[in-house]
Amino acid sequence: MSTEVAEKEAAVKESEALLSKRRKKLITDPLVDDNPITIQVLGICSALAVTTQMQPTLVMALSVIFVMVMSNLSISLLRNKIPTRVRIIVQLAVVASLVTLVNEVLKAFAYDMYKELSVFVGLIITNCIVMGRLEAYALGNKPYDSILDGFGSALGYSWIILTVAFFRELWGSGSLFGIPIFDGISSLFGPDFQLATNGLMVSPVGAFIILGLLIWVQRSKTGYVEH
Amino acid sequence: MELFNLAIRSIFIDNMVFAYFLGMCSFLAVSKRVSTALGLGAAVIFVLTITVPLNWLLNEFILKEGALAFLGASFASIDLTFLRFIMFIAIIAAMVQLVEMVVEKFAPALYGALGIFLPLIAVNCAILGGSLFMAQRDYTLAEATVYGFGSGTGFFLAIVALAAIREKLKYSNVPNGLKGLGITMLLTGLMGIAFMSFMGIDL
Repeated sequence: MSTEVAEKEAAVKESEALLSKRRKKLITDPLVDDNPITIQVLGICSALAVTTQMQPTLVMALSVIFVMVMSNLSISLLRNKIPTRVRIIVQLAVVASLVTLVNEVLKAFAYDMYKELSVFVGLIITNCIVMGRLEAYALGNKPYDSILDGFGSALGYSWIILTVAFFRELWGSGSLFGIPIFDGISSLFGPDFQLATNGLMVSPVGAFIILGLLIWVQRSKTGYVEH
Repeated sequence: MELFNLAIRSIFIDNMVFAYFLGMCSFLAVSKRVSTALGLGAAVIFVLTITVPLNWLLNEFILKEGALAFLGASFASIDLTFLRFIMFIAIIAAMVQLVEMVVEKFAPALYGALGIFLPLIAVNCAILGGSLFMAQRDYTLAEATVYGFGSGTGFFLAIVALAAIREKLKYSNVPNGLKGLGITMLLTGLMGIAFMSFMGIDL
């Protein structure tokens, strides 16, 4: 849960100088109380597949933050110009263009990462969080508030997938960010000692179970009960 | 035989839900009752079987590097791959709209069953994912069609099975924090383990 605390602190600190209490809430609410993944059940689609390692997860999280902030801003600027009947198509077009941008940047500057994430960058387009925030917030609010809202939701999403990735990489591959942790610990206890990794964590099943348990912990803390 | 093998692979081994986490949003949201799950599953099979081959044609004759060569030699060097996302999603959204209208006109009974699910599907990751995987793996047209149908069927099986379990689950005493999404994720994990037993099957 260290990521949660760290990110929350960062978000609060940044907003204190700049923002009113209401705007601060826009950023902090989606982190815990109204988390897009664990409470609203959105955006699980495209992200879990990349959480076997910390590094691609971080890239994915940054991409989602970028796409959400920029799409919220664009739709909010256009909100009085978009006819209601075609708004879904307009939203899809805006999000798809931004995702194409992210994809091309990755292809040009981080080709290995581009190969590893493969189709999952493209699937940010259909990430329900992005569309959900555009529909629910950006279409009816001013640009600056929309940016904060998108940033908050994307952060709430990021810390969840980073936590899932942390456990999956640590237990599945015995490393973090590619740095072997289990080997280091094992060598402290002499040559015959070896911490075992769990192959299940690398497979998709591990992600489902880790996320299920994470939701349990998080909901027990906030006291949220689904009926 | 190759095609049959591909169908089995896409239904069981490379299952959209259990192997790639695609379509999770609707998978979780619409799996409370078996009847609605059947409707959504059928709509996904329907749309995937149509859009994957259609996007194959689009990719093959317009977007791929050198695909525009039939227009003349000067077009041969054009590579429009970067337009893939926006074109695929446009085709999917347009097709869903079209299918909805056609079904409403000619098969009102089917529309009654699928109707409300069709618009939802335009933003289902499984549909876009199917097209993107097809483009990435360089399938032929026949393979693309079979792949679309197969992955749709895989999604259908997964969502109907989960809905059946969740209907039974109503009578169980689940801890408060785990109710709803939590227990569903754990269930999906267990179902994923069951589907892993298909791994390595080759016809």
